Amino acid sequence: MSVPDGKRWFLPKESLDALIAVLHQQQYVVIGPVFHDRAIRLEQVQRADQLARGVRDEHSGGQYRLIDGNQELLFEYVVGPDSAKKFFFPPRQELFSLHVKGEQFVIDKVGPAAPKLAILGLRPCDLAAIAVQDRVFGYHQPAGDEAPWASGFRCESELYYTQAREQSLLIAVNCVRPGGTCFCASWGNGPQVNKDMPYDLAMTEMRKGFVIRSKSRKGAAIISSLSLRDADDAEVELEGLLLQRAAEHMGRQLQTDDLPQLLDRAIDSPHWDNVAKRCLSCGNCTMVCPTCFCSTVSDSDDLATGSTTRTREWESCYTHQFSYTTSGPVRSSIRARYRHWLRHKLDTWHDQFGVSGCVGCGRCITWCPVGIDLTAEVESIRRYDSRDENHAPPRITVEARP
Amino acid sequence: MPVQTITRKTETAKPKLAVYKFSSCDGCQLSLLNLEDELLDIVGAVEIAYFLEARRAEQPPPYDIGMVEGSISTPEEAERIRQVRRDCKYLVTIGACATSGGIQALRNWADVDQYKQYVYAHPQYVASLETATPIATHVFVDFELRGCPVNARQLLELITSLLKGRKPNIPNYSLCIECKRRGLPCVMVSKGEPCLGPITQAGCGALCPGCHRACYGCFGPMEQPNMDSLGHQLTGTQKRTAREMKHMLRMFNGYLEPFKQASDHYERQEKQNA
Ligand code: SF4
Ligand code: SF4
Ligand code: SF4
Repeated sequence: MSVPDGKRWFLPKESLDALIAVLHQQQYVVIGPVFHDRAIRLEQVQRADQLARGVRDEHSGGQYRLIDGNQELLFEYVVGPDSAKKFFFPPRQELFSLHVKGEQFVIDKVGPAAPKLAILGLRPCDLAAIAVQDRVFGYHQPAGDEAPWASGFRCESELYYTQAREQSLLIAVNCVRPGGTCFCASWGNGPQVNKDMPYDLAMTEMRKGFVIRSKSRKGAAIISSLSLRDADDAEVELEGLLLQRAAEHMGRQLQTDDLPQLLDRAIDSPHWDNVAKRCLSCGNCTMVCPTCFCSTVSDSDDLATGSTTRTREWESCYTHQFSYTTSGPVRSSIRARYRHWLRHKLDTWHDQFGVSGCVGCGRCITWCPVGIDLTAEVESIRRYDSRDENHAPPRITVEARP
Repeated sequence: MPVQTITRKTETAKPKLAVYKFSSCDGCQLSLLNLEDELLDIVGAVEIAYFLEARRAEQPPPYDIGMVEGSISTPEEAERIRQVRRDCKYLVTIGACATSGGIQALRNWADVDQYKQYVYAHPQYVASLETATPIATHVFVDFELRGCPVNARQLLELITSLLKGRKPNIPNYSLCIECKRRGLPCVMVSKGEPCLGPITQAGCGALCPGCHRACYGCFGPMEQPNMDSLGHQLTGTQKRTAREMKHMLRMFNGYLEPFKQASDHYERQEKQNA
């Protein structure tokens, strides 16, 4: 049974430490946004005063800067380069070690156990991205808090991912000040949480405290253990106004309703040559994207013990070697790799997982060293399309698109 | 396949390893010695037959694995590398000097005789070629390990994979991939530093971005570097001059394509601007 949407409580700023203490009591490792090496990063925190405070972020294509903000406010920034992906699907993970004895494999070591994480300060687009990766890695929310898609698309379940997600507690912060490259509103993924998103608690920051709502039983239990007062009418109204204003101040926009069809038609768009001139094929966009899930496994040997360790690491469809098969790389040009990435995100992801692979967080735009902008690339493709310059007819026909 | 030869050899005797020095600073050989703990395991698995930096005793060739540090910059070296190739079944270059000519390849754009006059009291005793060139310019090379110096883990991985008879896990993709696995905020984006990471091969573990610095490109060009696009960003948005670009590209691997071509391009631009 999920808790009805609508009920709001008020969490005073001084009570953030009490919230963190409750999480610690419940054996959570608490993660939150901190200011570290010129960026807002997601790292472990012990106390509320470790959270980034009084900073704003400036985002544009290939540029990110933090500037002074209002010292009374904690969450004046939006997303940094990190996302929840690095916790549920770590960038580097030793899966197991084994050695061969006679005709048998003997397991020496298995990978680490999944941690119990409470992640504070996730944004609505982050939640949307978690929902996307839930489909990719086959996590289903526990009965009672089910998302509408839970019975549909599923992948081979991933043990670490599903355990870490099962044990996790997600505390979201609605965005009252969207960043320069944000376009979550174009996808309906923000700037505030919605009922389809996986979260336990969601808060909106005001000067004195947070208007907070809960979605799950875990979240409701935390609210009651903090004995919070109800938010008053003025606070609820202010929350509505702040979030409405935020929705009107998105840094970017994207027309999303026809993307799969547009990109099917654009398979030979002249625009791919244009973007291939600029794209470095460096892979930064896929690494910072909260939904990209490609990885590679490799084995390494310990000469002393004779044990072999299998390690999984993030990889990228932008590397030449990633599509390497016995007959050579499938996507040997940068043009082919950029096209593959964009079409996967916005088009073929729907066929694979039933959703878009992009949630509109803007990370790939900000963190591209040469500022390649997904929204601008799509607009350019759209211009060629409307002038009917996408030359060839679509080579791939996709059936039964929902 | 040389890989199979080495594996078969292990059944009877330990494979023999030889480590050679040409024009270089010894840093890559030191990387091997710095492996310490793992070096003992290597010594258990291979016989170090020739490695003057580590031991005086030498065994006669042939050797199974030959590792070459340094570039070819004297007539004597040009001769010696041919013999080394004949003596080794599997020849690996270690480091930027052996793989690209290294820092000393800067002479390839200068007048060596003039340099000699500046530096030596009796330049007539210095027997040196006009150029410093990579080993692969002279003989066939089976595998190249990049870096100035090489990365100790990669060195170990190479030796281990040869012993196991499998392909070494030495990626050719950009440094950015390693940088982002470490979660380092990009210094191009967050600081406006001129990072060569996007055109440089991974392998160092993103050492420089990990110290808030731009990558110097000491691992040389990655698999398909887009020189034009990075150059456009650095000279455009970051307003780096043609001279700065030339110096950046030539620092460690300037004689390796496509760094060479791009650095020549910036040199022409620099002259035009002058
Ligand atoms: S789009 Fe940008 S971040 Fe992505 S691979 Fe190309 S240059 Fe790198
Ligand atoms: S494609 Fe870009 S904007 Fe979309 S979710 Fe990934 S990083 Fe965010
Ligand atoms: S700091 Fe350099 S290596 Fe790291 S992502 Fe940025 S450009 Fe790439």
